[in-house]
Amino acid sequence: MSAASVTTQGWRAWLLAPEPKSRAQAKLGQAYLGWLAFRRNPLAMVGLGIILALLAVAALAPWIAPASPIAQDLSLRLLEPDATHWFGTDELGRDIFSRIVWGARITLTIVALVVVIVAPVGLVVGTAAGYFGGWFDAVLMRVTDVFLAFPRLILALAFVAALGPGIENAVIAIALTAWPPYARIARAETLTIRNADFIAAARMTGAGPMRILVGHVMPLCLSSLIVRVTLDMAGIIIIAAGLGFLGLGAQPPSPEWGAMIASGRRFLLDQWWVATIPGLAICTVSLGFNLLGDGLRDVLDPKQQ
Amino acid sequence: MTAMSFARSGVRVVFTVALTFLGLLLVTFLIGRVVPIDPVLAAVGDRAPAEVYERVRLELGLDKPLWEQFWIYLTKVLTGDFGSSVLTSNKVIDDIFRVFPATLELATVATLIGVSVGIPAGVIAAVNQGKWQDQVVRVLGLVGYSIPVFWLGLMGLLLFYAKLGLVAGPGRQGVAFEDLIEPITGVVLLDSAIQGEWEVFRDAFSHVILPAAVLGYFSLAYISRMTRSFMIEQLRQEYIVTARVKGLSERRVVWRHALGNVLVPLLTVIALSYANLLEGSVLTETVFAWPGLGQYITNSLLSADMNAVLGGTIMVGVIFIGINMLTDVLYRLVDPRAK
Repeated sequence: MSAASVTTQGWRAWLLAPEPKSRAQAKLGQAYLGWLAFRRNPLAMVGLGIILALLAVAALAPWIAPASPIAQDLSLRLLEPDATHWFGTDELGRDIFSRIVWGARITLTIVALVVVIVAPVGLVVGTAAGYFGGWFDAVLMRVTDVFLAFPRLILALAFVAALGPGIENAVIAIALTAWPPYARIARAETLTIRNADFIAAARMTGAGPMRILVGHVMPLCLSSLIVRVTLDMAGIIIIAAGLGFLGLGAQPPSPEWGAMIASGRRFLLDQWWVATIPGLAICTVSLGFNLLGDGLRDVLDPKQQ
Repeated sequence: MTAMSFARSGVRVVFTVALTFLGLLLVTFLIGRVVPIDPVLAAVGDRAPAEVYERVRLELGLDKPLWEQFWIYLTKVLTGDFGSSVLTSNKVIDDIFRVFPATLELATVATLIGVSVGIPAGVIAAVNQGKWQDQVVRVLGLVGYSIPVFWLGLMGLLLFYAKLGLVAGPGRQGVAFEDLIEPITGVVLLDSAIQGEWEVFRDAFSHVILPAAVLGYFSLAYISRMTRSFMIEQLRQEYIVTARVKGLSERRVVWRHALGNVLVPLLTVIALSYANLLEGSVLTETVFAWPGLGQYITNSLLSADMNAVLGGTIMVGVIFIGINMLTDVLYRLVDPRAK
C-alpha cells in the first residue's frame, strides 16, 4: 500500500513540477491542473458521469439490454413497468428498456457524426477568414449570416424535405445548419491571435500561411471550440430528436428516442410510460452534455463566464 | 451620434439585410432544385399528355440556365408569389397569411410569460448570487436547454389537461366556440376581447395558456440567464454604491436603478427570444394541433408539398431577419453609446 501511495505521489509531483523538463510533461501537467479545477465543480462531475454512463451503455448495449430492441411480441403489448420490463413495453410488445439502451447508440452516432463534420469545417473556414481577412473574410461572414438568419430546426427541416427522411440525411441537414457558429468562434479567436508577436516571429522565420494556420493558430482556437462543441451536443441531440419525432429522422423500427416519443404519443393518456421514458432519456443525456460543457468552459475558457 | 452617421449606418443595415435576404432566397432556391420531386409533374399530375408537360416545363422556365431560373424565382418571390400549395390548392402566400395570426398569438403570449417570470427570476438570482435562489434559477435554465419542447408539451398535456383538467386540450378553440366571432385581426384573444365576447375569450385563453407556457419556459430560461448576468455587472457599478450611500432602500436600488439600466440590452434579448420561439413553435404547434405557421410547415413537409415548405421557410427567415434588424435599429435609437 505504501509503495502504491509513493508512486501516485511521484506522479503528482512530476505532473505538478514547477519547471517541467519536457514538452510532454508540461502539457500533461497543464491537463492535470485543469482536471483538478474541473473536479471541484460537482455539477460538472455529474455531467461527466452521465456522459461516461452513456458511452458505457452504448458500447455494452448487447450485454445490458435484456431483450431485442425490435423483436415484437403482441401478447406483451403496453405492459406497465415492472420487475421484468423495467420501463414497460410499447404497442408492439417490445421492451422499452432495451430500446432505450440501443437508442443510446443512435443518439451517440448522430452527435459524433455531426461533430466530426462540423467542427473541422468551422475551424478551417473561421481561421482562414480571420487570418486572410479582406474580401475572403467578408464573403464567408455573409454566408454564415445567411445561415444564422434561419432558425436551425426550420432550416434542417427544409433540407430534410429536400433530401428525404432518414438518419444519414438528418445528420447532413443538422451539419449544414450547425457549422456557422463554429466558424464565427474560430474567426474571432484568430483575429485576436493574428497580430500577436509570436505569429510575426513565425512569419519572419519564413513560415508560410499554411504552417502558421495549422501549427500556431488552430491549436489556440481548439479550447473555445471544444467548449462550444460540448454545449452544442445537447442542441444537436434535441434537434435530431425533433426530426425523429416528426418522422423525418431515423425510420421505424429503429429505436431512436424522438421517434419512440412520436409512437408513444397515441397512448399518452392511458399508457404514459411509452412516451415519457424516451423523453427522460433525452433530457438526461442533453443535461449531461450541458453540465459538462459548463464545467469545461470554466476550466478552458475562463474569460467567457 | 450625428444625423449623418446615423443615416450612413442605417444604409449599411439595409444593405446587409438585403444581402442576407438574397442569400436566404438562394438557399431556398437551391433546396427547391435538389428535391427529387419533379416540379412539372407536381403541377400537371402524372396523367397529363406530353405536350401539356412540355408547355408547363417552359412556363416554369426549367429549360433556362440556372442563374436565369434564380432570377425568375427572385422576381416571383419579391412579388409575393410562392406558387400554389398541392395540399390545400391555395396560393401559398394566402395560406401563410391565414395561419400566421395563430402563431403570432401563441408566440406573443409565450413571450409575455417568459418576460414576466424571467426578468424577476434573473434579478433575484443576481441579487442572491451563489445562494439557493441563484441555484434554482441556474438549474431551471439548464433544464430549459436540455428538454425537447415537444416532450414538455406532451407532459403538459398529460398532467394539466388529462390528469388535472385545468386547461383545454389540443386545438385553438373549442368546437362550440368556432366561428362565433368576426375575424378582425385573426388573433382570437384580441378579436373576442374587442367584441366583448368573454365566453369565447375564456375558451381561447384556456386553449392558448398551456402551449404558451411550454414555449414560454424556453424564453424564460434564456431571459432569466441574460438578466442575471446583466444585473451582476450593473450591481458592481459605482452609481449603485452612490445610490446606497444616499440611503435609498435596497428595493429601489435594485429594481429601479440597476434594472432600469439593463432594460435596453434586455430588449435585444427579448426580441431574440421572440424570434427563437418561431423555431420552438414548429414542434409545439404539432403537439397541440395549433393551426399556425409551424403546423402548416410540418404538414406540408409530410406530404412533400415543397412550395408550401419553402414559402413557410422564407416567411420564418424574413421574420427572423426583420426582428433582428428592428432590434438593431431600436438599440441604436435608445442607447446613444451604441455605434
